[in-house]
Amino acid sequence: MKSKLNASNAVVAVVCAALVLLPVYSAVTGNIFILTLFTRIIIFALAASSLNLMMGYGGMMSFGHAAYLGIGGYAVGILAAEGIGSGFIQWPVALAVSALFALVIGALSLRTRGVYFIMITLAFAQMAYYVASALSRYGGDDGLTIYKRSTFDGLINLSDRTQFYYLCLACLFGGVYLIWRIVNSRFGLVVQGVRSNEQRMQAIGFPAYRYRLTCFVIAGTICGLAGALLANNTDFVSPAVMYWTRSGDLMVMVILGGMGSLFGPLIGAIVYLVLEELLSQFTEYWALIMGPLLLLIVLFARGGIMGLLGRVRRG
Amino acid sequence: MADPLLRVDNLVRRFGGILATDNLSLEVPRGELHAIIGPNGAGKTTLISQLTGQLMPNSGTIHFAGRDVTRLPSYRRSRLGLARSFQITSLLKDFSAIDNVALAAQAHDGHSFRFWGNARKEKHLRDTARAALERVGLGSRADVLVSELSHGEQRELELAVALATKPQLLLLDEPMAGLGVTESARMVTLLKELRKEFTIVLVEHDMEAVFALADRITVLVYGRVIACDTPDAIRRHEEVKRAYLGEQHAVTRQGGPIG
Repeated sequence: MKSKLNASNAVVAVVCAALVLLPVYSAVTGNIFILTLFTRIIIFALAASSLNLMMGYGGMMSFGHAAYLGIGGYAVGILAAEGIGSGFIQWPVALAVSALFALVIGALSLRTRGVYFIMITLAFAQMAYYVASALSRYGGDDGLTIYKRSTFDGLINLSDRTQFYYLCLACLFGGVYLIWRIVNSRFGLVVQGVRSNEQRMQAIGFPAYRYRLTCFVIAGTICGLAGALLANNTDFVSPAVMYWTRSGDLMVMVILGGMGSLFGPLIGAIVYLVLEELLSQFTEYWALIMGPLLLLIVLFARGGIMGLLGRVRRG
Repeated sequence: MADPLLRVDNLVRRFGGILATDNLSLEVPRGELHAIIGPNGAGKTTLISQLTGQLMPNSGTIHFAGRDVTRLPSYRRSRLGLARSFQITSLLKDFSAIDNVALAAQAHDGHSFRFWGNARKEKHLRDTARAALERVGLGSRADVLVSELSHGEQRELELAVALATKPQLLLLDEPMAGLGVTESARMVTLLKELRKEFTIVLVEHDMEAVFALADRITVLVYGRVIACDTPDAIRRHEEVKRAYLGEQHAVTRQGGPIG
């Protein structure tokens, strides 16, 4: 695709620049809250981007994507509780376990289609939720407090707010770049082709299942990374991060921002979480306002916010 | 004579109580253009789907290029050189024409577990795709989205996609369905060109085209082969006339020396 000077590209550029400069603003004004809020937003944007790879580009409507947030988080939390504090061990384990979980779940659920696929991914995520609730050694229902963030000796100090923020931002930008490369690669074209017409792809010689499964695993692994970041951000991990409503939140972020658009999930995560923050200051029934808003987007702006912006051309 | 390129033996496929393919046998030697005709519901598309592996037969065997492919999934058969076009156009609608064809070329150029390089910049895939598009007369429409192509162009693109898989055998399921007179004429010209190079199995309702193109014709009725012969012999075949051609007066008029 040719790069166009349109509103959506302009917005993305401004948002990315603002994200890079945010710690400066925070330091100058002493506004620590905004840095904390946006660290969280960036982590969820990474999770939503991974869901977008699968859902927007791969056409796989997973309703259990938050499971990987929990798995990544618990990998960090459990290792920390057992006295293994090094991020060089924690994080690879978080990624590997997420990938393995995705491989098993994907291998089973990708044999189904449509509503069944949604239900089976939801069911597996709920299973993970209940398993975590039953881990009494690691806090069970109440969750697990992480007393010390992952250590990367000599490299980076995660307890430093600004350093941690930039680490999250680097993960997000790295993740989006990776997804961009994937989407335009041979593999990415095959996955998008299967979304568009699976029978046709089989007929021209592609074993669709393998490609879908690989995409499923990549998406799960990236989300596992987001999970490891999230656990470090909150110093805590609980079954609640895997609950189905969390998966719903991720889906909403993707749809709100624009499915199948590279930066859509980032924009969606910002709008969703900032609105949540603002609205919940006025009323605890903030979802009453969020709901109709989402409905409007789905009804009148198929491509989400990015789709809307894409229609507004400059010059 | 050498082994036929495609050999079907005693193929049976049931849907509930209905025999859609009834103990069907068929041979297509290399270089032949073999047409399959029959009234609606005769089981033509069911047969094609079994040949390509979208549908598994209940019994019987299919040999392609000397190999038993009866239980192979469709992507494996495609890799062996068996290509199909669909009766109801089945393309990647949100992709451009050239992307559709390039993907077909990509499927036959090693595996696609390549995650980094830009596939749209792989020159040999693009060149293969462009050549296939030129071949069917769509060279100037390469970058148009499929959903914006006319119906006739989509039928031609179906062919280009099949060609890009470097097939040994083309299975064409009603390539002329829904085409106007001039478009049909163009398609016939194109098929005349392609038959010089490829073995073709053609399912088609347009009798004029079938009789003009085919070396041999198989007539299916209720999943059974009632005749398999040269076009001239088929025109004279009593059972065929009764079962099929007789109903279609247009054919009698256009087809000339029937009855």
